[in-house]
Amino acid sequence: MTATANGATIGSNVQLRAVTKAFGAVEVLKNIDLEVEDGEVVVLIGASGSGKSTLLRIMSGLETADSGQVFVGGIPMHEPKRAPEIRGHVGMVFQQFNLFPHLNAMGNVTLALRKVLKMSTNEAEAVALKALTRVGMQDRCENYPSQLSGGQQQRVAIARALAVNPRIMFFDEATSALDPELVGEVTSVMRSLATEGMTMVVVTHEMGFAQRTADRVVFMDDGVIAEQGTPEQVLQNPQHPRTQQFLARVFEA
Amino acid sequence: MNWQLIWISLPQLLRAFLLTLELAVVSIIGCTVIGLLVGGLRTVRLRIVAGLARAYVEVFRGSPLPITLLFVYFGAALYLGYSSNVFAAAAVGLSVYHGAYVAEIFRSGIQAVPSAQREAAQTLGLSAMQTFRFVVLPQTRRIVFPPLIGQFISLIKDTSIAFVIGLVELMKAGQAIVDRTAEPIPIYLTIAALYFVICYPLSLWVRRNERKIVPA
Repeated sequence: MTATANGATIGSNVQLRAVTKAFGAVEVLKNIDLEVEDGEVVVLIGASGSGKSTLLRIMSGLETADSGQVFVGGIPMHEPKRAPEIRGHVGMVFQQFNLFPHLNAMGNVTLALRKVLKMSTNEAEAVALKALTRVGMQDRCENYPSQLSGGQQQRVAIARALAVNPRIMFFDEATSALDPELVGEVTSVMRSLATEGMTMVVVTHEMGFAQRTADRVVFMDDGVIAEQGTPEQVLQNPQHPRTQQFLARVFEA
Repeated sequence: MNWQLIWISLPQLLRAFLLTLELAVVSIIGCTVIGLLVGGLRTVRLRIVAGLARAYVEVFRGSPLPITLLFVYFGAALYLGYSSNVFAAAAVGLSVYHGAYVAEIFRSGIQAVPSAQREAAQTLGLSAMQTFRFVVLPQTRRIVFPPLIGQFISLIKDTSIAFVIGLVELMKAGQAIVDRTAEPIPIYLTIAALYFVICYPLSLWVRRNERKIVPA
């Protein structure tokens, strides 16, 4: 538990109750209920447009639900006044990395430490170096994003998110923009985080990662959770016809 | 044509030139501050604020500089009395006028930064102001720098229009000499050369640096 500026404590769990979201006439999420427990690794799978990224963006505070209740670490994100409390307490890793191109790896990681957590430059660099070491990027501190491979950029992005000591980590297709041979270096970092007990919600197309690392796999289809369970249940023995269809297509490719 | 007149008038012209430079420097600072503020406000979500910023830009881009200068000067004279300072009026007029153009330069630079950069900053806990200052603004440098210097060059030349409110800057000083001597060519050539001496290096400097403003 960490405390927010106004003294509320932030946990590591997520509760979604009857969450809906539409973009214009398109209903992206229809009445979603989902719980993520402290230390749990939940992997969201499903076709493009099934709503999994939107769900993740709602949990991380980048979008707001149209209706329903969203508690992230105990913060009621559906209350506009309180939603900003979550900022800086959850980590978000994006498909396109979104590193700050004008800052080197060290600068990317220290920015929030210095400006949000008000650390001195020395303190911030010590914390950042630890985070960069955790993702195996301690030797590339001086490199700018454009001088790093996609996999390296994504590892710096993970370090940047980790450095502020988040309660929950969200991964939005973190390996989808990577060349196939670079996927492994990122998933292995994600796996080690999971082993260390980090609460994680992961949107991915990497079924290998889901199989080996997820505590629970959630299959989304057309804005609803069609099926969920352990990786064995959902990936090996899917019950829902849409899950069967989706997995058949994924494994075919 | 009396070319010797150039040497005779030079001390007088240089004194006026110094005033022109002072006016340019003060106005460049002024229009950059105004432009940054108005350009930033044009990109905020609050429609009223963005609308007011847009109105500012349209009003000053839509009226000629001499009119702006006259309004500022006589407006100030009306409210502050005729002791009001011509130099200050010229600096304010040039700043608000060029501030409108500078605002558009900053706005386009700000909007060229992908919104994903703001999202990344937001999830890290940076406030809107911190995000603007430490994430968005530094990334606008490469986009903003060349047109901004171009605008500064126009401003330097536009200081000559301050003669309409009676400021004895380079242009006005030259005209006075021409009126006295009836030798327009040598004097106006000298004046043109003095403006050129300031503006051309700036333009060269942009060309040298526009590729290496942002690392990597």
